[in-house]
Amino acid sequence: MRGTRHVLTATLAASALVLAACGGGQGESTDGTTTLTINVYGDSFSLPDNRSIYDEYERLNPGVEIVENRSDFSTHHQNLQARLTAGSGTADLELIEVGQVAGFVGQHDRFVDFLDRGVDPGQWTDAIVQQASTPDRSALIGLPTDVGGLAMCYRTDLFEQAGLPVDRDEVSELWPTWRDYVETGDRFLERAPDGVKWFDSGGHVFTGILGNEERTFYDRSGELIVESNPAVRAAWDLTVQAIRSGQSAALPEFSPEWNTGFQRGQFATVTCPAWMMGYIQGNAPETKGKWDIATVPGGSGNWGGSYVTVPAQGEHVEEAVKLAKWLTAPEQSITIFQEIGNFPSQRTTWDDPEVAEFSSPFFNDAPAGEIFPASLADAPVQISGPQSAVIGKTFADKLNSVEQGTPPDEAWQQAMHDIRAAAGAG
Amino acid sequence: MSTRRQAGPSARARLHRFDLKGAPYLYVTPFFALFGVFGLLPLAYTALLSTTAWSPRQPGSEDASVGLGNYADLLSDTNFHTALVNTFGIGLLSTVPQLLLALGIAHLLNYRLRGRLFFRMGVLVPYITSIAAAALIFNQIFARDFGLLNWLLQPFTGGTPIDWRASTLASWFAVSVMVTWHWTGYNALIYLAAMQTIPYELYESAAIDGASRWRQFWHITIPSLRPTIIFTVIVSTIGALQLFAEPYLFDTTQNNNGGSERQFQTAVLYLYQQFWANGRYGYGAAIAWTLFLITVVIALVNFLLARRIRSAE
Repeated sequence: MRGTRHVLTATLAASALVLAACGGGQGESTDGTTTLTINVYGDSFSLPDNRSIYDEYERLNPGVEIVENRSDFSTHHQNLQARLTAGSGTADLELIEVGQVAGFVGQHDRFVDFLDRGVDPGQWTDAIVQQASTPDRSALIGLPTDVGGLAMCYRTDLFEQAGLPVDRDEVSELWPTWRDYVETGDRFLERAPDGVKWFDSGGHVFTGILGNEERTFYDRSGELIVESNPAVRAAWDLTVQAIRSGQSAALPEFSPEWNTGFQRGQFATVTCPAWMMGYIQGNAPETKGKWDIATVPGGSGNWGGSYVTVPAQGEHVEEAVKLAKWLTAPEQSITIFQEIGNFPSQRTTWDDPEVAEFSSPFFNDAPAGEIFPASLADAPVQISGPQSAVIGKTFADKLNSVEQGTPPDEAWQQAMHDIRAAAGAG
Repeated sequence: MSTRRQAGPSARARLHRFDLKGAPYLYVTPFFALFGVFGLLPLAYTALLSTTAWSPRQPGSEDASVGLGNYADLLSDTNFHTALVNTFGIGLLSTVPQLLLALGIAHLLNYRLRGRLFFRMGVLVPYITSIAAAALIFNQIFARDFGLLNWLLQPFTGGTPIDWRASTLASWFAVSVMVTWHWTGYNALIYLAAMQTIPYELYESAAIDGASRWRQFWHITIPSLRPTIIFTVIVSTIGALQLFAEPYLFDTTQNNNGGSERQFQTAVLYLYQQFWANGRYGYGAAIAWTLFLITVVIALVNFLLARRIRSAE
C-alpha cells in the first residue's frame, strides 16, 4: 500500500512536470488547408473575444485558416528579431510597430518587398510609407495598418466632482496647449476626489507632447539629436513640472498596475491615441459611459501605428502577401476602426461616412470619426530611427524614477547616458 | 574457411579488449558530443561575437571587429556595476534564508509526522510551479496601490504604501522572497535525503545521554550534513549569479530595466536587455563571457573553501 502511494505520487509529480513542459505547438493540417500564422501585439486585428475579421477572410477564402499569436509589445519584437537572425521560426505575417520599424528596414532582404507585389504605395500618406521603406525607396517591407491620431480621453464623473466642465467642447477649450493642460491639472488636484490623479504616468504625457513634433530623437539624416533637440528637453521639463506638482498616478504604461488604474479610476485624463479606445474598452469595460474624448493639447498629434510584414523565410509567402493586402485594404481598415478603434491610415477612408460619422457609445458617443482626422490633419509623421523605441522606453523609465523621487537632473543625465550607449551600437 | 577459423579467436579477443578499455569511452561519448554541440560551440561562438559591434539594427555591423573594446566598455559601464551589486545583494538575501529555512524544514520533516508523505511532497510544490504563474501572484502581493502586503502593513506604514519597485532594498527583498519561495522546498528535500542516511542509533544514544532535540540537531545532524550543505551552497550560489526569471517578471513595465533606475536589474537581466531589447549582440556577448568568468572564479573559491572545511574535519 505504501509502495503504491509512493508510485502514485511520483507519477502525478512527473506528469505535472511533463504537462508543464508541453503546451503550445501548432497543429499542421493534412486535409489541404493552408494555415497562415500571424504574430501581433495587443489588439491589432482582433479583440480577445472577437476575431470576426479573420473569420471573414476564411469565409472568402476556403482552405485558409488563420492563427493569431499575441504577445506583449517587447516580447513580440524581440522574438521577431531573434527568428529573423536565426533564419527560421517567424510567423507568415508579422506586425511591426512604427517606433521599431526603422531597425527592421535595414534588414529588408529578410522581408518580402511589397513594391514587387503590386502594392500601390500611393494609397497612404507618403511619410508613413517612407518609414517602412529603404532610404532610396527601392523596397517597402510593410503595409501600414493604423495611425494613432491623438486626442485626450477624460473621465466625466471625476471632472464633475472636481468642478471642471464636462462637455467635450468646453473641456477642449481648457487646454489649447500642453502648458494649459498641466495648469488645468493643478486646478483639478485642488478639488479632486481622494487618491485620484490628473494623468496616468509621466512617460505617457511625455510621448503625447512629442506627438506634435516631426523631429524628436533623430533627424532626417539619421543623426541622433535627443540631447540637442529643444523640443525633447521642453517636453521633459513640462512633464517633470507636472509630476512634481503631484499630477501623476505613476502607473507605468502597459503594466498590470496601469490596467488597474483604468478600472479603479486612479486618474482623470489619459493621452489617447485612437488605438487607446480599444485598450480602455478591453481593460476597463465597467467604466463604460464614464469616458469622453476631447481634443489633444496643441490641437494635433500622432502616436503609433503599425505595419504588416511578410518575412521572406515563410512557407506561404504568396498566401501571406494576399492576406496582408486584404487586412490593410480600406474596407477592412474601416471595420477594424469600428470594432477595435484603430484608426485607418488611408486618408481616403476618413471621408467615408462609416468613419466620419462614427461615434463611440463607450465614450459617451464622442464623435471619434471627427476627432481623430482633425488631430491628424496637421500632425507631422515623426522621423524615427533604429533605436527610437529603446529611447522612448528609456524616457518612460527615467520619468518613472522622477515619480519615485529621483532628482530630475540626475534622471536626465542617466537617460542621456543610456541613450548614448544604446544608439552607439545601432 | 581455414583462415576464418584462425581469425575468429583473435578478433574476439580484440573485441573483448576493446570492450574493457574502449567501451567506457564510447558510453560517455554522447554526453561529450552533446556538450560540444550545445555547450562548447556556443561558448566559442559567443567569444567570437563579443569581439564584434554586431547589431541587427545596423546593416553591415556583423563583421565590424572591435577587438576587446566591448570588454573595456563593460569595465567602465556603471550600469553593469549596478547589475553586479544587485546580483550579489539579491543572491545573499535569497540564498542564506533559503538554505537555513530548508535545513529547518528538512529537520521537521525527518520526524515521524502524521501524513509525512503529504508534507514531503507539499514542500516541492513551489518548485514544480511555473515561475511565471507564481510571479502573477507575487506581483499582486507586492503591488504598490492595491497590494496584499501593503494592506497588511497598513497599521505600521501609516498610510504611505511601500513602493516595492522604487527602493533598492524593498525590491531586493521582494525578488528574494520569490526566489526563496521557489527553491526552499527543493533544497529541503536534498537535506532530508541526506538526513535519512544518518544512522538512527546516533540520535538514540544522544537521547539516552540526555541531549535535547536542539543539541541533537546541532551536534549530529549538521556535522553529518556538511558535504550536502557544501553542495547546496555551491549550486545555489551559481544559481544566484544567473538569476533572471524572477527580476524579469517582477519588472512589470516589460522594459527589462529591472526598475526605473535598475534597482533590481541582475547581471543576466542586463545581458538580456542589452542583447535583445537594445539589439547589441556584441556587447551582450561580452557580458555573457564576463559573467561566465565571474562564475568560474566564484565556483573555484567555493570549491577551495569547501575543501578547507572538509580537511578541517
